[in-house]
Amino acid sequence: MATVSTPSTTPSELSARLRTWWIILRICIEERLVYRGDFALGTLMRFLPIVTQIFLWTAVYSSVQTSTETAADPAGQQTVAGFTRDEIIAYFLLTMVARAFSSMPGLAGGIARSIRDGSIKKYITQPVDMLGFLLLSRIAHKLVYYTVATLPFALVFYLCRGYFQELPSAEIWVAFIASLFMGFALGYYLESLLGMIGFWFLEVSSLLFVYMLFSFFLSGHMFPIGMLDGFAIFPGSSWSWGDLVRILPFQYLAYFPAAIFVGKIQGDELVRGLAIELCWVLMFMALSRIAYHRGLRRYSAFGG
Amino acid sequence: MTYNRSMPVIEIENLSKSYRIYQKQEGLLAAVRGLFSREYRDVEAVRSVNLTVEQGEFVAFLGPNGAGKTTTLKLLSGVITPTSGTARVMGHIPWKRENSYRRRFALVMGQKNQLWWDLPAQESFRLHQEIYRIAPEQFDHTRDELVDLLGVGKLLRQPVRELSLGERMKMELIAALLHSPEVLFLDEPTIGLDVIAQHNIQTFLRHYQQLRKITILLTSHYMKDVAALCRRVVIIAQGQIMYDGSLSGIVDKFSGHKVVTLQLAEDHVPVDWSRYGELLDVQSPKVRLKINRQTVPEVLAHILANNAIEDVSVEDPPLEEVISQVFTEAGAQADAKDAARQVAATK
Repeated sequence: MATVSTPSTTPSELSARLRTWWIILRICIEERLVYRGDFALGTLMRFLPIVTQIFLWTAVYSSVQTSTETAADPAGQQTVAGFTRDEIIAYFLLTMVARAFSSMPGLAGGIARSIRDGSIKKYITQPVDMLGFLLLSRIAHKLVYYTVATLPFALVFYLCRGYFQELPSAEIWVAFIASLFMGFALGYYLESLLGMIGFWFLEVSSLLFVYMLFSFFLSGHMFPIGMLDGFAIFPGSSWSWGDLVRILPFQYLAYFPAAIFVGKIQGDELVRGLAIELCWVLMFMALSRIAYHRGLRRYSAFGG
Repeated sequence: MTYNRSMPVIEIENLSKSYRIYQKQEGLLAAVRGLFSREYRDVEAVRSVNLTVEQGEFVAFLGPNGAGKTTTLKLLSGVITPTSGTARVMGHIPWKRENSYRRRFALVMGQKNQLWWDLPAQESFRLHQEIYRIAPEQFDHTRDELVDLLGVGKLLRQPVRELSLGERMKMELIAALLHSPEVLFLDEPTIGLDVIAQHNIQTFLRHYQQLRKITILLTSHYMKDVAALCRRVVIIAQGQIMYDGSLSGIVDKFSGHKVVTLQLAEDHVPVDWSRYGELLDVQSPKVRLKINRQTVPEVLAHILANNAIEDVSVEDPPLEEVISQVFTEAGAQADAKDAARQVAATK
């Protein structure tokens, strides 16, 4: 990954590559640790929204309880889009975990900037592959983030333990963790692909803004995507927004792992979901590779 | 064709590169129109350049801004692909960007930073060790040698952002030379540096080049860089090679005159000096005249025979003046060509 295709991968070649990856990872971790204060503050601030979420949904459910139209689950609890109040708060806590894997702050913008200011030349003249390099640097970012954030995360989950019914089975745990890792890969390749649009259009910040907005609504970060089922795409259509969102890749960035954990996706549906997610990951991996090659061709033809 | 050391390191044949540049008209209306249809102009940054560089040469590219110097370096380092023509560096076609080529050359741009901004330079060096696959003993040896030559031992652990411009450039050079490249491309390596830092970098480059016998292509605006480092100078203007030879040869080729300074005796009678040549200035008792190269002996003999002169000196015009004259003439020629082409196109 860190070096572009070499014809044969001998054992010494492999160990050289592994060592390269390790050094890139190590240096990126060191770089992340330079701005400790900013980093710690940024990490802690992410936990604030959860408090507002708990208040918001408690209010929503208590107002729903007073009206009569809503469904109740067998235990007699009010549900909205199949979620009880406790489930939905658990769900939001879990989307935070999912976003901690799939969000890539600054990745797309950084790639676009390096194209515009020419610092991408480094990857052209040196024997190092940009996509592999940036992937390793993202892994480093995430590792540092988890190290710092594990403790506050654990504390929040401990305080909110009442919202979780029971711990899921081992299979669900495995599926949950697999969906988190694939969510990371999907987020990485999706955002790097967006950044590489910078090869064709110099300014991509509005585009990135639109993407952020869409991913916020369509990934389940704002509300579980089941809540979109009641809304037709256009008046009279048999298709709802929920149907549309289920065929888009964004749900794997937040909704999917969280829904797995709270037991909303099980059995065949779960296996199918993971398989589709894997396909998305491979597709975006291939697309970003193609975009990189095409982009470099354009870059080297037009300027540099 | 495999490359061996007796062959030229760099061979460029009919290399051309043209860009399409968006032409923006003035005004709001034009800007709106530009959203729908855009006008482009072709700019020929490099026009059929032919050049051969032998192993161990230190060549300077001189030229005004936009002459095509940096474009040529970008072509040779594979950053851009040419519109037509070929180039080989050590047998490789640069824009194929093979790792086997990328491990054998380095590009340093004075205006671009390739080091990790927030980390000490030695971390960037470590990264280069890995991506260039440098053996540990060789890495230590080369790094220590370079650090020693540039005198930056104490700065290795300081974040790059806290280094001065000159110190940073030294670190950039070390990073670029760690893998012992056989060919080095330097684009304005001393830009923005003070006189002392410039001098340090020059001394280092000269020493290192003589030591390792590597091939270096340098672009610079500072004539001092060029005079200190390069025996061979290539003048590029309007994307074309105007001159290829020694630095002193530039004056012989492009300057048709000499500057004669006369020191007059105290009892000298006023004369109309302009009949001997172009009068540059009169600062009594000194007179400076610009005289046609061929007629210097004859004119001088006449002056000496008819005037009371205490001292005479005959000099070449300053190099910078000659070069700037070459640039101006090349620009005028190209403008005339463009104008002629436009006239032909409208007919």
